[in-house]
Amino acid sequence: MMRKSIVLILTLVVAFTLAACGKNNTESGGAGASSDSPSPGSSAESSAPASGEALSGTILAAGSTALQPLVEAVAAKFMDDEKYKDISVQVQGGGSGGGLTQVQAGQVDIGNSDIFAEEKFKDADADKAKELVDHQVAVVAMATVVNPQTGVDNLTKQQLNDIFSGKVTNWKDVGGADQKIVIVHRTASSGTRKTFENFALGGPSQDLPGSIQDDSSGNVKKMVAETPGAIGYLALSYLDDTVKAVKYEGVEANVDNVASGKYPVWAYEHMYTKGEPSPVVKAFLDYMLSPEAEKDVIDGGYIPTSQMKVVRDVNGNVTNK
Amino acid sequence: MNAPVRSVEAAGDRVARFPQHKREEWIGRLYAYACVALLVVTIFSIVWFIASKGLTPFVSGAIRFSDLLFGRVWKPEGEPALFGALPFLAGSAYVSFLAAAIASPFGFCAAVFMTQIAPKLGRTVLQPAIELLAGIPSVVYGFVGLSVIVPFLREVFEGQGYGILAGSLVLSIMILPTITSIATDALHTLPAGLKEGSFALGATRWQTIYRLILPTTLPSLLTGIVLGISRAFGEALAVQMVIGNAPFVPTSLLQSAATLTSIITLEMGNTIGGSLHNNTLWSLALILLMMTFLFVFAVRFLERRAKR
Repeated sequence: MMRKSIVLILTLVVAFTLAACGKNNTESGGAGASSDSPSPGSSAESSAPASGEALSGTILAAGSTALQPLVEAVAAKFMDDEKYKDISVQVQGGGSGGGLTQVQAGQVDIGNSDIFAEEKFKDADADKAKELVDHQVAVVAMATVVNPQTGVDNLTKQQLNDIFSGKVTNWKDVGGADQKIVIVHRTASSGTRKTFENFALGGPSQDLPGSIQDDSSGNVKKMVAETPGAIGYLALSYLDDTVKAVKYEGVEANVDNVASGKYPVWAYEHMYTKGEPSPVVKAFLDYMLSPEAEKDVIDGGYIPTSQMKVVRDVNGNVTNK
Repeated sequence: MNAPVRSVEAAGDRVARFPQHKREEWIGRLYAYACVALLVVTIFSIVWFIASKGLTPFVSGAIRFSDLLFGRVWKPEGEPALFGALPFLAGSAYVSFLAAAIASPFGFCAAVFMTQIAPKLGRTVLQPAIELLAGIPSVVYGFVGLSVIVPFLREVFEGQGYGILAGSLVLSIMILPTITSIATDALHTLPAGLKEGSFALGATRWQTIYRLILPTTLPSLLTGIVLGISRAFGEALAVQMVIGNAPFVPTSLLQSAATLTSIITLEMGNTIGGSLHNNTLWSLALILLMMTFLFVFAVRFLERRAKR
């Protein structure tokens, strides 16, 4: 009896202490917030819509690790901007699938993705893609890369298909050195792989025994550079002297050829919002497409959508702008 | 401590009934219970979370459990999608057991050296060196494996270098501290009389080690090995970087293979939460969890044997 009452009292004491802690926190948090930003918060609502909207709030973006560096760079610039200094942008990775899942569930404001949401939300989930609004912020192009010693510099669509289906297993059959072909693929669910399959191979490819898979572009580059006879594919930003980018159907993978629509292996980088974005999120998305952000887009190895002379829809149909 | 005496008296009856040592007892007990309760809740919610996601594919009837366990084809994006996880189960088992097979002799010899042969040198040099291995992050192991072991294997053997052997070599270094430290503990607790008796009977040091010390400490050594295997089973990043990740049951140690952990880390981020593909990855996580439970039970069994 007595022991029970003591337990009860102690529980209450602990509960109150914790409650007090919580209260303290919220109070100090509230005080901190109000002392930090009394002017912009109130002025945005009351007095200052005319003098350029002083928006405030936080934006959480998550998803594609391929797009993450670009969004981070632009976000840093965005937060430094006098106009948007009360907006804080956080960028997280987690993969395209994770980004789409989280934005669809309302856990993040922006879901970054390498591929169209319609390609991920299929069958029973197809309705979920309809709730998402697509913002295409950049174009990323992929080049087929080979180990420099393979001795090829051009591959046709047919040759690529033969290589990635295992029909051709030696470089000498496609005009290269007498060397065994080692395929460095991405995992089956990778957005980069989807882009490569859809626009370079023209359809899904199979995993072959003995092929190497990884999902990080840095690792893929290292593997292709060091493994004799290796073939893989990389975004243009990852290309350097350690790997050799081969032409596709005689067309070199570079910005001009992608922009003009001659080189087909490219994809949009998407930033999805659930429904139309809030003013704060919209300000950031607009900034992503602004001339200020364009330098980061180009530096990051992407192509600004404004430079593209062609557009592509979900089903892969390319039309001139 | 003297001042409160008067206040204790003043408080009278209540304090007399709850002297300080009793209150301390209660506070300590409550604190310990709260911690334990939180731990238990955390562990059960993790298990429940993984199980609830991982069992969905079977409950909904999309995949049969036997198909997942024994299917040899992993084609999650194919038409129709096939989810055969045998390649990953086999890959995980191969790398873990091979890693333990490589690391165990080293671990045992290091432990014998540290306790029987050169205790001083062992304690000052070898032990810190091996313990340091445990502190190196796994991505560093993976990168070293990718930069050193894979090219080395490619030079020495025919093939690409990526595969079970590269994974096992990297893992064997990673689990060496686990095996060594448990073996060392076991050898330390060996009664000194046993060894002295053996020497007194004229046995050499080598005879003492392999006729007496090895058999007596075998259950403890096995505990260390099982713990090492369980660590190897759960390691993701380092293995993923050197194993190649092709979803096929490997036919050679030098052929690209995949493990449960590597396929989960590679594909989890690319899949949509709630989709069949994603849920199947959770099923793999559930299998991984079950394997770890098995290892824990094995360790407990061995420990009980060791105490006998």
